Amino acid sequence: MRVTVRLFARLRDIAGSGDLARDAPTGATVGDVWRGLVAEFPEMAGYDSSISSAVNADYAKMTAAVSDGDEVAFLPPVSGG
Amino acid sequence: MTPRIAVTTSRLELDLLVRVVSNGGGHGAIATFIGVVRDNNLNRRVTHLEYEAYEPLALKALEQICDEAVREWPGTRLAVHHRVGRLAIGEASIIIAAASAHRAHAFAACRYVIERVKQIVPIWKHEFFEGGEVWIEGATANPQDEAARMEAIRRACA
Repeated sequence: MRVTVRLFARLRDIAGSGDLARDAPTGATVGDVWRGLVAEFPEMAGYDSSISSAVNADYAKMTAAVSDGDEVAFLPPVSGG
Repeated sequence: MTPRIAVTTSRLELDLLVRVVSNGGGHGAIATFIGVVRDNNLNRRVTHLEYEAYEPLALKALEQICDEAVREWPGTRLAVHHRVGRLAIGEASIIIAAASAHRAHAFAACRYVIERVKQIVPIWKHEFFEGGEVWIEGATANPQDEAARMEAIRRACA
């Protein structure tokens, strides 16, 4: 299946894009998608314990399953206000 | 009509938020908060900021925060607008307005909203300063974290 990966702030800078299309095996979780990204962009490993994630614009845990066509977002620590 | 909650590239206007929370005549107090771009941070001379948002989730998180505040301080009416894009020194990055029957709830709800914004709203500040730039990274956003929510209530009531 194919998912859209959304990246923000420094994660977007590291990847060079905020919008990536990536393949994931059936049954993959948000965490699996993240680990695929870290393998591709090792600099992201530093965010293992500090990122949040969302599926289709709702906060989701790293253990949540993803489906074909989902938008999976990875959010570095926030700094609004 | 002005929305109660907005993430926008347009300049923020306090009057609009005050008007949004003023509907009806039952309020005896309106507290407001304006977050402003500062010209210095950690001994750096800041030239400007760029804010980025994951807009659909930022809007939902702001809704959640306002719902939480109303549960905590019933009868409060809230509006929150957050700016994104490039902001110059002195410009408003966020404006919050909280209307309530009495001042204590208005102040508390207003403070609560800004504390929660800093905890769970997916917006990021890119700081440009003399000699470089850096993404500011604050809290790991977890809307289910009760300890963080209780800390925001504690600060709101301090």
